[in-house]
Amino acid sequence: MLDDTDRRILRQYQADPEAGASVIAERAGVTASTMARRLERMQSAGILRGVRGEVNWPALGYAVEVSLRVTLDKTQPRAFDEFIAAARRVPEVIEIQTFLGQVDVRLSVIARDMGHYQQVYRDQVLPLPHIADIEALMHVARVKSDESLPL
Amino acid sequence: MIEMDEIDRGLLRALAQDAGASAGALGRKFGLSQPAAWRRIKRLREAGVFTRVKLDLDREALGFGVTVFLGIKLATKGRVSLEDFERAVSAIPEVQTVEHVLGLYDYRLRVVARDIPDFERVLRRRIMTLPGVGNVEANVLLSEERLPGPL
Repeated sequence: MLDDTDRRILRQYQADPEAGASVIAERAGVTASTMARRLERMQSAGILRGVRGEVNWPALGYAVEVSLRVTLDKTQPRAFDEFIAAARRVPEVIEIQTFLGQVDVRLSVIARDMGHYQQVYRDQVLPLPHIADIEALMHVARVKSDESLPL
Repeated sequence: MIEMDEIDRGLLRALAQDAGASAGALGRKFGLSQPAAWRRIKRLREAGVFTRVKLDLDREALGFGVTVFLGIKLATKGRVSLEDFERAVSAIPEVQTVEHVLGLYDYRLRVVARDIPDFERVLRRRIMTLPGVGNVEANVLLSEERLPGPL
């Protein structure tokens, strides 16, 4: 299990993953070798899986992001599996989440502009299997996006 | 907007999964010399292709067993300023992301908690007491996958 030192290291690391090992160690109040040892242990325990880059889609020309909240036809026993397998094949889908609640599945879909979105929605999203209902939320702004854990 | 060739796209895809990958390793993968890979990576980063780099942590192993997405409709639009709401909601440590959306809800929040009672505490004490909160819908996250997108 993690102790306070591990948590302190993770807290500093997640706040600024690109700060460099010596800076993070100093902020966490540990030596560089302690930090390296602790991080290695957390990595081998599978707690720290790696460092990901979050693609800035607007900078690549994808200005539109829409959250599609999908209700599936649950009379079909394989509705979830078949819907998700088909959604994975749509290149503009960047995230698939499943839920317990009013919404069954949520897809994040990106597009270059509204015309392109319309095309993706009609030609690739609507033909996905077992959709009972679909609702769209259009992203206006990300107010907070660090996704850090309150360690 | 940045121009990218096939190799740039491959590099971006690889870096999205492992932002810490070395230029040497990526160069070998894509048939580039270490300096050539380094130059391409530097160009991509300088063009702002990543919004941020984040740690990929095993939430459950760290004791955060529950992730809930909340759709929030503000009750008193016009009377409560959006800035006040955004500032207050962003300050809650358990709130990982805040997105301003158009559609059925005004805001979409990602909230982590240790378990359902802990989530209830966050919801009652922190979320429901925010200025202007009206209707709140909760969906408990069961699974999520991030896809490479149109790279």
